[in-house]
Amino acid sequence: MLDRNGIARRIAQELRNGWYVNLGIGIPTLVANYIPEGISVEFQSENGLLGMGPFPYEGEEDADLINAGKQTVTMLPGGSIFDSSMSFAMIRGQHIQLTVLGAMEVADNGDIANWKIPGKMVKGMGGAMDLVASADRIIVAMSHTNRKGHSKLLPACSLPLTGVKCVKRVVTNLAVLDVTPNDGFMLVERAPGVSIREIQDATAGRLIVNGDIPEMKM
Amino acid sequence: MNKIVKNAQEAIRGINDGMTLMVGGFGLCGIPENCISALVKLGARNLTCISNNAGVDDFGLGLLLQNKQIKKMISSYVGENEEFERQMLSGELEVDLIPQGSLAERCRAGGAGIPAFFTPAGYGTEVADGKEVRVFNGKPHILESALTADFALVKAWKGDQNGNLIFKGTARNFNPVMAMAGKITIAEVEHLVEPGQLDPNFIHIPGIFVQRIFEGVHYEKRIEQRTVRQRI
Repeated sequence: MLDRNGIARRIAQELRNGWYVNLGIGIPTLVANYIPEGISVEFQSENGLLGMGPFPYEGEEDADLINAGKQTVTMLPGGSIFDSSMSFAMIRGQHIQLTVLGAMEVADNGDIANWKIPGKMVKGMGGAMDLVASADRIIVAMSHTNRKGHSKLLPACSLPLTGVKCVKRVVTNLAVLDVTPNDGFMLVERAPGVSIREIQDATAGRLIVNGDIPEMKM
Repeated sequence: MNKIVKNAQEAIRGINDGMTLMVGGFGLCGIPENCISALVKLGARNLTCISNNAGVDDFGLGLLLQNKQIKKMISSYVGENEEFERQMLSGELEVDLIPQGSLAERCRAGGAGIPAFFTPAGYGTEVADGKEVRVFNGKPHILESALTADFALVKAWKGDQNGNLIFKGTARNFNPVMAMAGKITIAEVEHLVEPGQLDPNFIHIPGIFVQRIFEGVHYEKRIEQRTVRQRI
């Protein structure tokens, strides 16, 4: 089974040279710590920067330089700053090759819910709806089950949707799964030490298991 | 053209009960601190505020919320604010949550004379309720309308008497598009410089979009999430 950093490390293997990448808040942010050697990518943060670097050293925080999670960050040489409308032109115009974000629920047709629990929690969608409606390649990073042990990979989302039929791949603490347009989740890889049975038990949506499923190479 | 006013108090003259305001900033980054403080003192009520976020409990737009001056918020993300959540769940506060990119583009459209546009963001979600859907290139889009405001309150790094503005870092965010969409745009700047000191090639917002400008004082520039790495 993977921890949060393990999920981020596995997703980092998806990065390709020359890509522009938007990382959501939470586990997705950690992906930046595991860029494979020889791969050069640029991170976009939708509040208006490209070429985002690591967190600043203590004492060097700049209130005028934050990421979309409102965390203090730095810029790498060659980075750029722009306004919110241009930022979403990059997103909507599909100039970003990969979007990684968290979710509360993913359905086996690729629907995603991650912004609202009616009557309980309403934080808002932020940029998530623009991102999932536009990106070609959307990877969800999340735990396979919620705190109560219920599956987050469902036949249909029960929470208000963020986007429809948009998620392409899900990386959880248990597995890598691809969303097939008509047949549900296809199991691609197992997390180290996790059996197919465990993944089946934790997945409420339709799950396709074709033959032997390899373990992730970490 | 001299658009300089003395201070925030003078700048917000004319803001009355029931008006619609755009307020720049992303989280607490790039917010018009001086104008918000002056608005708290002025006490105008029943305001509709268009702003990406709603501040935190004791800073930014949170100050206007605590003071019950806001009737309606139009935002994309409102976490990190307990008073906001309380007022929203109790029904005291009307809230319209819209996707961040649609919010930015609706402001830009408002300033650019484009009454509406189609976007894929929000299709198939409750954001699309009651909105026209059209398919372009095989993909469904929803119709979003432009936003304008009686006053836009923005914050810039440098500005001159003509209203030309330069922003710093990610404090730019929503400020330029909101500056464009205000019927009256008030810019507060950290440094008000002499005409000619700003290189015209590097101006982010031309003064034509700004009606009043002043140099702000006592900027707190509060950091919401102070994240650092260790020196090795």
